[in-house]
Amino acid sequence: MGKQTLYDKLWEQHVVHSEDDGTSLIYIDRHLVHEVTSPQAFEGLHIAGRKPWRTGSMLAVPDHNVPTTTDGAGIDDPVSRLQVDTLDQNCNHFGITEFNMADPRQGIVHVIGPEQGATLPGMTIVCGDSHTSTHGAFGALAFGIGTSEVEHVMATQCLIQRKSKNMRIWIEGELRHGVSAKDIVLAVIGEIGTAGGTGYAIEFAGPVIRELSMESRMTICNMTIEAGARAGLIAVDQTTIDYLEGRPFAPTGDTWKNAVEAWRSLTSDDDAHFDHEIKIEASTILPQVTWGTSPEMVTDIEGYVPDPNDYEDPTISIGIARALEYMGLEAGTAIRDIKPELVFIGSCTNSRIEDLREAADVVRGRRVAPSIKQALVVPGSGLVKRQAEAEGLHQIFIDAGFEWRNPGCSMCLAMNADRLKPGERCASTSNRNFEGRQGQGGRTHLVSPSIAAASAIAGHFTSAEDL
Amino acid sequence: MDAFTVLDGLVAPLDRANVDTDAIIPKQFLKSIKRTGFGPNLFDEWRYMDQGEPGRDNSGRPLNPDFVLNQSRYEGASILLARENFGCGSSREHAPWALFDYGFRCIIAPSFADIFFNNCFKNAILPVVLNENIVDDLFIRVFKQPGFMLKVDLSAQTVEFADGEKARFEVEAFRKHCLLNGLDDIGLTLEKAEVIKLYEKRRQIEAPWLFDPVA
Ligand code: SF4
Repeated sequence: MGKQTLYDKLWEQHVVHSEDDGTSLIYIDRHLVHEVTSPQAFEGLHIAGRKPWRTGSMLAVPDHNVPTTTDGAGIDDPVSRLQVDTLDQNCNHFGITEFNMADPRQGIVHVIGPEQGATLPGMTIVCGDSHTSTHGAFGALAFGIGTSEVEHVMATQCLIQRKSKNMRIWIEGELRHGVSAKDIVLAVIGEIGTAGGTGYAIEFAGPVIRELSMESRMTICNMTIEAGARAGLIAVDQTTIDYLEGRPFAPTGDTWKNAVEAWRSLTSDDDAHFDHEIKIEASTILPQVTWGTSPEMVTDIEGYVPDPNDYEDPTISIGIARALEYMGLEAGTAIRDIKPELVFIGSCTNSRIEDLREAADVVRGRRVAPSIKQALVVPGSGLVKRQAEAEGLHQIFIDAGFEWRNPGCSMCLAMNADRLKPGERCASTSNRNFEGRQGQGGRTHLVSPSIAAASAIAGHFTSAEDL
Repeated sequence: MDAFTVLDGLVAPLDRANVDTDAIIPKQFLKSIKRTGFGPNLFDEWRYMDQGEPGRDNSGRPLNPDFVLNQSRYEGASILLARENFGCGSSREHAPWALFDYGFRCIIAPSFADIFFNNCFKNAILPVVLNENIVDDLFIRVFKQPGFMLKVDLSAQTVEFADGEKARFEVEAFRKHCLLNGLDDIGLTLEKAEVIKLYEKRRQIEAPWLFDPVA
């Protein structure tokens, strides 16, 4: 057998059937479900008189619409409430495991899958959510799907797919102090663009990746979709295995041992062929801040807002001009002179315990600048919240003037009550800075947790070292 | 699903790159538990001057006169001409649902985001990739010529201009077959139920932990 990439191996293990034109039926091991993209799929099953093929493969959780205020009042908005209630009803009806709003394990779907050990190496994992790429950090083939495909997986445990091409992003050298996984992935997107990964599965590899914790690896794979690739991947190593051992849904006993043995082969063979390879020297990466309305519109903390006139291609130049207008920014402004009015620390990109520790380290003993109208910390899950409270992180945030919230997607996409008003500027640890993403007319700057925290304290973009 | 065979349609130009799914259908409309009714909120933030809310009557809302779909010459358009990386962002199928509900049956662009591209085929919308020069040329023609129409023939895989010129596009055989015949792929896959069960049997021996139920 020829040399294979990690993606080739995962693909091959899951092909149930292939057509002559390369269209394949692939088997899905894990199906994560949330309230926004599932109701129409469940409805489709009901109408056709079908049942889920294997309910044991499914784990459901409401996250996008849930309120994060801690008063326990429930969902105010009747439309949001109906969507969450519909998920509860569908899960009850079909016997699907759900962490409902009252469950202490509830949280953002991409945080709880790994946290529970429901995400395992070697799996195919899907969810009606593009940030399913997160789970690729475990050497799993994980990608987002639309609602029709959600229904297809429910009904058949399979998906009709074509194989993607292989890309490898190799990161070597030394990471600078204060540079995190978020900066790495934003720098990658800045380099290859938001469509650079279209049609590819991207494997992140190299000595820098090997040194990263699982949570950092998840941050990187999470934003692979922002580079256009549906799936991001990182090979299994001891870090992966140590993270999973003892998690509630991880195998135990002899099965664990056998599983670990199988998982160790989930790496790309030496000399495996990649259709596209990129090398990045880690020491060239500084903390990143986006200035525009697409994640590729990014520079570093020492950088400046670009001038549309410097670009010859009219599509690019018009795109920049439009973004600057929307963002209310002048060409040539130093990133450090931009003043956010809100700060959001949360989302499936950066709401895990290490993210909260990173931010708390910066905030400890300091106060949020008076110019900041609101600073939110929204843990990724009930268990992350509990852990943070056990470590006293919540008190550090509260003392500094942050609001300490309940878990959910929150201001990442503003489907619940947490949102920007028109014109408001936010330093956000989330993953998308599209127009209106955090509220109509809202202006988003994507940053790492430590930059978000430091900027909250300073009242303008800055890094922790410069406080 | 509706079949797609030949479409003779009016073309509307959306001259922006990287049009994302948040722009196609803003998130507040994702709270609906239905598949239909998204058309009036397609491109909501660009189309109206105020903020739209689900369940609200859209007929009296102030329109943004600068937005292309509000110009009377594009009324009734069924083909959307777009720029590169159309449909990037989230996996929300509400995006093709909204486009379909509005009346679009075909989108022509130099490139599409993967998930969106896939979602179109599941919803009787044909996404057509044409090279950038052709797309540029089409934009010029649409802007110049009110009432500019194109004929999109899926079976022949061509886009035909009124003067008989044709551009060919690629489409995967399986997707073409499903779209031409309006086939529901769940039904097709279930015809292979036995093959799926055999696969499961084999994998249960190779990797039994994959079958531990989440409970
Ligand atoms: S946190 Fe944001 S990106 Fe992640 S699943 Fe929720 S809405 Fe999507």
